[in-house]
Amino acid sequence: MATVRIPPVLRPKTGGQPEIEAAGGDVGEVLRTLTAAHPETAEQLFGAEGELNRYVNVYLNDEDVRVLQGLETAVKDGDTVVILPAMAGG
Amino acid sequence: MPGTETQASIEEIQPFEASAEIEGGDVVLIDTREPHEYKEAHLEGGKLVPPGLLAGEIEAAAPDKSARTILYCRSGNRSAIAAAQLQRMGYDNVASMEGGILAWQEQGLPVLSASGMSAEQRERYSRHTLLPEVGVDGQLKLLNAKVLLLGAGGLGAPTALYLAAAGIGTIGLVDDDVVDASNLQRQVIHNTERIGMPKTESARLFIEALNPDVKVVEHRTRLDAGNILAILEDYDLVVDGADNFPTRYLLNDASVRLRKPVVSASILSFDGQISTFVPFEGPCYRCLYPTPPPAEMAPSCSANGVLGVMAGTMGTLQANEVIKLVLGVGDPLVGRLLLYEALGTRFTELKVRRDPDCPICGENAAEVPESEMGRFPDYDLFCAG
Repeated sequence: MATVRIPPVLRPKTGGQPEIEAAGGDVGEVLRTLTAAHPETAEQLFGAEGELNRYVNVYLNDEDVRVLQGLETAVKDGDTVVILPAMAGG
Repeated sequence: MPGTETQASIEEIQPFEASAEIEGGDVVLIDTREPHEYKEAHLEGGKLVPPGLLAGEIEAAAPDKSARTILYCRSGNRSAIAAAQLQRMGYDNVASMEGGILAWQEQGLPVLSASGMSAEQRERYSRHTLLPEVGVDGQLKLLNAKVLLLGAGGLGAPTALYLAAAGIGTIGLVDDDVVDASNLQRQVIHNTERIGMPKTESARLFIEALNPDVKVVEHRTRLDAGNILAILEDYDLVVDGADNFPTRYLLNDASVRLRKPVVSASILSFDGQISTFVPFEGPCYRCLYPTPPPAEMAPSCSANGVLGVMAGTMGTLQANEVIKLVLGVGDPLVGRLLLYEALGTRFTELKVRRDPDCPICGENAAEVPESEMGRFPDYDLFCAG
């Protein structure tokens, strides 16, 4: 199981939970586990073709999955997946 | 003797006259002594041009030959000789200060002394100068630094407080808003009496009361592609506390162009993010966020709320970054994004890498025309504030 960190803007779609445990062998599977449990998160994470939306950054532990293998990046037990949208509040 | 004649033809002024002119502004002040004398004590604003280097260096120090130029030395001899030399070089409004810095000090006029600071400053900044990482030289760097704060709001207010207390010599404030009662839960530089006052003015009043060493420059405007380069040009670095995406992308594009470091933070509800973007040394804002989110993913503080003290935490982290960058000590958040969650009291650090294909700072990035800075094809999707 990996821990998925939910950003404030998505928490209304996860019943307010800031973290969710999700199973999956790679980042894509972990995120699909999340969207299966909380379907409203799907449209904000994925585009029409099932690709990760460009405005959502996803990190495996402290590394951006864009510099790893994207959604195919392997996830181990105990890893953390961070979903991070840009924020503009000042 | 020819030497005597030329010296007799120059204008000599008394220290009190020089002081009044300097106070009035538009004076180029030249110190015609040796570096070790200058280091010991000099007049504020005095530019060092040693006598032996006069011919070669004066044009860099005083490019305008018709500008009022006042020369001084220790007792008035070297500056008189230098004044004559400048006249021969075509400077037509030169004066030598009679009696030099000795007479100036005898009349009780202020100098920047051995430590480069006044007695009052030595006292005020003693807890800084005691730190080996800061010291007198570091404090002088802070006193000479020019920092632009984008926004005098949730982030800008706490940042400005600590930068002012630290003695950042020039603080520019960009904000076109006025103080509202709903700001006061977090924007601690303003107060109840100043509701309705322009935020830049309210912040200036606070800073001036806190530290008279700080010069506050008010920019009561919104940054746009037409004014941003001119505003940024005067500053060493920028603190981004803007409340909207268009301004954040615009600032990024302009700061990369001008190679100005940006300390960037953002806040929402209980969460904050901060990173430091040093152009071409580390990633830029677009490397981190290539595309702004659509409106439904970009709620604003005014719509969603924000914990006041969390804004304070992020603002003081920004001030910490600024001070390290000015001093050149420690490890700034270059290539690192620090997340802070106030509810869990938890910090998380993520890596941010330069994007070789970044349209702004990437290897093959073309220069963006000014009218296109900060733009995206889907610009209208941006959510403000």
